Amino acid sequence: MTWVTRTALVFGLAFLYAPILVLIAYSFNASSLVTVWGGFSTKWYSALLADAPLMAAAWVSLQVALLASLIATILGTLAALALERHGRFRGRALFTGLIFGPMVMPEVMIGLSLLLMFIGIGVDRGIATLVIAHATFCTGFVAVVVAARLRGLDQGLEEAAADLGAGPLRVFLTITLPLLAPAVLAGALLAFTLSLDDLVIASFVSGPGATTLPMRLYGQVRLGVNPEINAASTLLVVLVSAFVLLASWLTVRRSQA
Amino acid sequence: MADAPALRLRLEDLTKRFGTHVAVDAVNLDLDPGEFFCLLGPSGCGKSTLLRMIAGFETPSSGRVRLGDQDLTALPPHRRPVNMMFQSYALFPHMSVARNVGYGLAGLGRTAATARVSELLRLVQLDGFADRRPESLSGGQRQRVALARALAREPKLLLLDEPLGALDRGLREETQAELRAVQRRLGTAFVVVTHDPEEAMMLADRIGVMEGGRLAQVGPASELYRRPVNRFVAGLLGDVNLIPGRLGPVEAGDSRMVQTPHGPVHASATALSEGASVVVAVRPENLIVGTEGLPVTIADATFLGDRLRRTLRLPDGTLLRSSGRPDDAGDPIGTETRACFASADAVILPA
Repeated sequence: MTWVTRTALVFGLAFLYAPILVLIAYSFNASSLVTVWGGFSTKWYSALLADAPLMAAAWVSLQVALLASLIATILGTLAALALERHGRFRGRALFTGLIFGPMVMPEVMIGLSLLLMFIGIGVDRGIATLVIAHATFCTGFVAVVVAARLRGLDQGLEEAAADLGAGPLRVFLTITLPLLAPAVLAGALLAFTLSLDDLVIASFVSGPGATTLPMRLYGQVRLGVNPEINAASTLLVVLVSAFVLLASWLTVRRSQA
Repeated sequence: MADAPALRLRLEDLTKRFGTHVAVDAVNLDLDPGEFFCLLGPSGCGKSTLLRMIAGFETPSSGRVRLGDQDLTALPPHRRPVNMMFQSYALFPHMSVARNVGYGLAGLGRTAATARVSELLRLVQLDGFADRRPESLSGGQRQRVALARALAREPKLLLLDEPLGALDRGLREETQAELRAVQRRLGTAFVVVTHDPEEAMMLADRIGVMEGGRLAQVGPASELYRRPVNRFVAGLLGDVNLIPGRLGPVEAGDSRMVQTPHGPVHASATALSEGASVVVAVRPENLIVGTEGLPVTIADATFLGDRLRRTLRLPDGTLLRSSGRPDDAGDPIGTETRACFASADAVILPA
């Protein structure tokens, strides 16, 4: 590596991560003024635990992320199977577009359209609508991850299993699913992460009593940043990074095997 | 296990079309029980598609697949008493050798299945490998695991798609002999797909040559070699000289005259009609350099120990190859001489 590329790398990474590092550093600030360093302290983390509305929001986020990622994982995996294992069925291109559409559509649009639909069919907004909305936009991401793995999977393996007397269900449970498991898990982690840090869609479809963590943080920031927010954001960053790293590790490890 | 009732595989007008492309075109074939049959042909000739229709992975566009008095045509792969060894071997990477081999024995009960797995591993000389993962095996060992797994359910018929294609040359010959030995011991009918004529001749009791989706000719290797039905089969099974000419009238006896630009020759009788444009196919070992026959010039001669290979030039420049016993090594290059063949050693094919 020459000094040019090394400098470019440092600046590039700094551009991406310096703000987050500042945020993490200030979450350990003893002073209650966000921009003045007053020595090291973990008191904002304790304050966080004592902040009942914030903890309630975190609990809502967790529930929503778990349920939404579960639904998205099942639907996304099924969609990937349909795309990769059912030949060139009629309307395949359209189906592909419809699955991947929500990934590229503006979130504001997804949020608004879901809101209109929920109002239209008279569903009370709350955790259920959050789960449905998040499952909707996460399904495409799961499908992409699982389909990529499925494409690299020798179809001869499934044929060999069928040839040895296994019916379609046994083939799926003993061959396809085990070999697909890392991708399914990676997709689930990705969906969980996406749900956990979504603000825009959640703002549209949640109702009273169903405030998610990002919504709560955003609401507080508008009233003024305090170090407690920094602490909460730091925890969120750590959690999300861990999941993303785990997901990519699972994907890479299996494709090398 | 050899006393399973012998069943005859019968393909009736089996056809597979992909869109407008006809991959397999009205194939009819009867397979004897316990026979080692080989489907031979270049890539894209439809031999793999034919095999996959017998296994149930492709649905025929028309025609039937029968085994004994059972019609298999509508059965899905997992209901057919037929097993297949895949070209890629398709070993399950997340299972041990023993679990791979035992995968098809789900209905057998644990003790019986374990006993059967060790019996199969012994058959393919892989005892002691039961707990290994496929990724830790050599190519030859993987091939044997695939064979053991395909034989586990005592199929009435075993299909093998290019079983030796992934092995290197030395190992291939050894494995051919092993495959033959296993087949003889079990008495199961084998259908092997290959593009390698030598392999087909080495393995099979009968060979079916496929060309453009059709079964061009079926028979023992010796018959295909001596009595090919067309130029394609003649050229596939070995070196051959093709001398063009026009077919003469029907004669009494076993031979027929062909008028070539260099004079008349006689070859085995044919049903083709007089005046047809034909080629006379002669194997190099049957083309004898001597005092009668077609006028030729010796263009090249190579001494190969057990035989003498000569290139002969006809007056119009066409080259013929002759392979003879080295004791007649007399004439030097450039000598003008003659070449002939016995009419029984030559066949007349449509041009």
